[in-house]
Amino acid sequence: MLKINNLHASVEDKEILKGINLTVNAGEVHAIMGPNGSGKSTLAAVIAGKEEFEVTEGEVFLEGENLEDTSPEDRAHKGVFLSFQYPVEIPGVSVTNFMKTAINESRKAKGLEDMPAKDMLKLIREKSELLEIDRKFLSRSLNEGFSGGEKKRNEIFQMAMLEPKLAILDETDSGLDIDALRIVANGVNKLKSKDNAVIVITHYQRLLEYIVPDFVHVLHNGKIVKSGNKDLALELEEKGYDWLKQETVI
Amino acid sequence: MAYTEEELKKELETKEYEYGFYTDIESDTFPNGLNEEIVIAISKKKEEPEWMTLWRLESFKIWKEMVEPEWANVKYKKPDFQAISYYSAPNKKPKYESLDEVDPELLDTFKKLGISLDEQKKLAGVAVDIVMDSVSVATTFKKTLAEKGIIFCSISEAIKEHPELVKKYIGSVVPQKDNFYAALNSAVFSDGSFCYIPKGVRCPMELSTYFRINQAGTGQFERTLVIADEGSYVSYLEGCTAPSRDENQLHAAVVELIALDDAEIKYSTVQNWFPGNKDGQGGVFNFVTKRGLCEKNAKISWTQVETGSAVTWKYPSCILKGDNSIGEFYSIAVTNNFQQADTGTKMVHLGKNTKSTIISKGISAGKSQNSYRGLVQVNSRADNARNFSQCDSLLMGNECGAHTFPYIEVKNKSAQIEHEATTSKIGEDQIFYCNQRGIDTEKAIALIVNGFSKEVLNKLPMEFAVEAQKLLEISLEGSVG
Repeated sequence: MLKINNLHASVEDKEILKGINLTVNAGEVHAIMGPNGSGKSTLAAVIAGKEEFEVTEGEVFLEGENLEDTSPEDRAHKGVFLSFQYPVEIPGVSVTNFMKTAINESRKAKGLEDMPAKDMLKLIREKSELLEIDRKFLSRSLNEGFSGGEKKRNEIFQMAMLEPKLAILDETDSGLDIDALRIVANGVNKLKSKDNAVIVITHYQRLLEYIVPDFVHVLHNGKIVKSGNKDLALELEEKGYDWLKQETVI
Repeated sequence: MAYTEEELKKELETKEYEYGFYTDIESDTFPNGLNEEIVIAISKKKEEPEWMTLWRLESFKIWKEMVEPEWANVKYKKPDFQAISYYSAPNKKPKYESLDEVDPELLDTFKKLGISLDEQKKLAGVAVDIVMDSVSVATTFKKTLAEKGIIFCSISEAIKEHPELVKKYIGSVVPQKDNFYAALNSAVFSDGSFCYIPKGVRCPMELSTYFRINQAGTGQFERTLVIADEGSYVSYLEGCTAPSRDENQLHAAVVELIALDDAEIKYSTVQNWFPGNKDGQGGVFNFVTKRGLCEKNAKISWTQVETGSAVTWKYPSCILKGDNSIGEFYSIAVTNNFQQADTGTKMVHLGKNTKSTIISKGISAGKSQNSYRGLVQVNSRADNARNFSQCDSLLMGNECGAHTFPYIEVKNKSAQIEHEATTSKIGEDQIFYCNQRGIDTEKAIALIVNGFSKEVLNKLPMEFAVEAQKLLEISLEGSVG
């Protein structure tokens, strides 16, 4: 599904990713953990194609296709989804209208007609039930005045609507209380299949109790310094990141 | 943000005015210049009664004494008023009963504009009074309207057929001496629309006029007069497109609305005149005076979507004369490239318990300048007057400007005035967020702009709202680099 080779990326000449190697297969859940400033969010943004970051070396492949020179919207059309750590507000644009536009733009890119209103409605009903979202919520302006939990739940709702191949959840657990966390995690678990893959970026192992990863990677100073199974997350929780920092000092 | 400098340039080049063609119809055009003889000739050409000729001459005399105003936040080369021809009419003048009789080339023009009359008739139930180079050439649905006693015709026709109404109301809201352009318009107005809704009648359909300037070098001086008699209601739509030209075209229209006791007038405009090319050459000068008078319990609502013209100078206003009357102004003004707009409203509270609402959305892109200028005036006798104003500006890029000039004059202590203003910029983060969901940058901007303008778009009649949304998209194509 996703293959990253020796990826280096910088912003304003400051190198943030310093040679990432990562392979994610369909049906897998990967967790990327690491202390603040280790490059977790940058990695997510680079996979999504944010142009602020310059890829100086290495490649990102999605289903065998090199994503170099692929615009963020085209990556989205190919099935990359990023759940933002800080979702932006778009005043006056309802969640429904935003989703309708996103879905139809993706369909257009694939040479399909707009989704019939009837089907759209059905899809919205189905997915909002899945995530226990009040229908009234969908008529509100996108993220405007949303609580932290509402914003994150809205991100996962969008993921459900767009049915991506590769979903990257960037700190989706931050700002969530335990109930919201459970709902969001349940949603992600229900959306998981053998045909898609999920990368969970998180600080704490709390979320991983609900979304159980097949692999855990620790990012430090722009590199993956350790990989393992879900036990690695527990070990990290116990010992803290300092343990790793010491272990990996070059 | 997703664009390189080179791509941006290409985008802008392909964004040339899409209605930039012009129709080759024989025109009957006066020589350039303005003097008393020309004024008399216009009046004669239109077979007007003597009182009208005299009124025009009086206006001309007033105009000669006036100077062009300079207070607006716009810069342009002043037109040479002696280098303009003041009358141009399509040659084949007779009125048509059916479309078959209309010059096929003219019909073709309408088709290019996407306003096929047939479609209009069927789809929207709209009676369209088309003003093509100043003379109305087709009026539809007139019979249906006539059954209700509604008069909807060209102002020239009204002068002949309903002189008592025209005589009573013309210049009653916008006097000849009101301002330089209004005086000029009063002297030389070529044609325009007239509408009268009788007492207690609710006009069953939206009345719509499409304006179009079509003759090189001829200014267009439209005159519109809408009278809603006691307890009546009318919704009036005005939409415009103009062909692209090198030299500047002057447009100085006057619109007067009269809402008698308990009447309501809703006046909506979509304006898309040629804004000049990407280097700021050419484009329409739009110097318009629009004003409405509200008697007791009456309501006037102005809604405008302004995307065109090189220079716009326009302040649709309400005189809230009667007690409990209501004035509303909802505006979206978009400027791109080198466009300049100085637009807003005046709400003059004279009666007791009068209310006004102002919602203005300014969107600036390119190197354009966009100003909101508004006056809220509360007279000493206007007890319990209330106003709410909201002026929001949205900026794209770093080379454009947004300005707000609110004037508030209150002479009555019981007045309640609220003013809110915001300025925001379309952020790269907003665009990336949309991109990530599969929405490209152009579409993302359209989405954000439509969201920003929603409160005003919602005030437009349905068929107009769709057109307006498209217009916003076209106007801002390639505007974020």
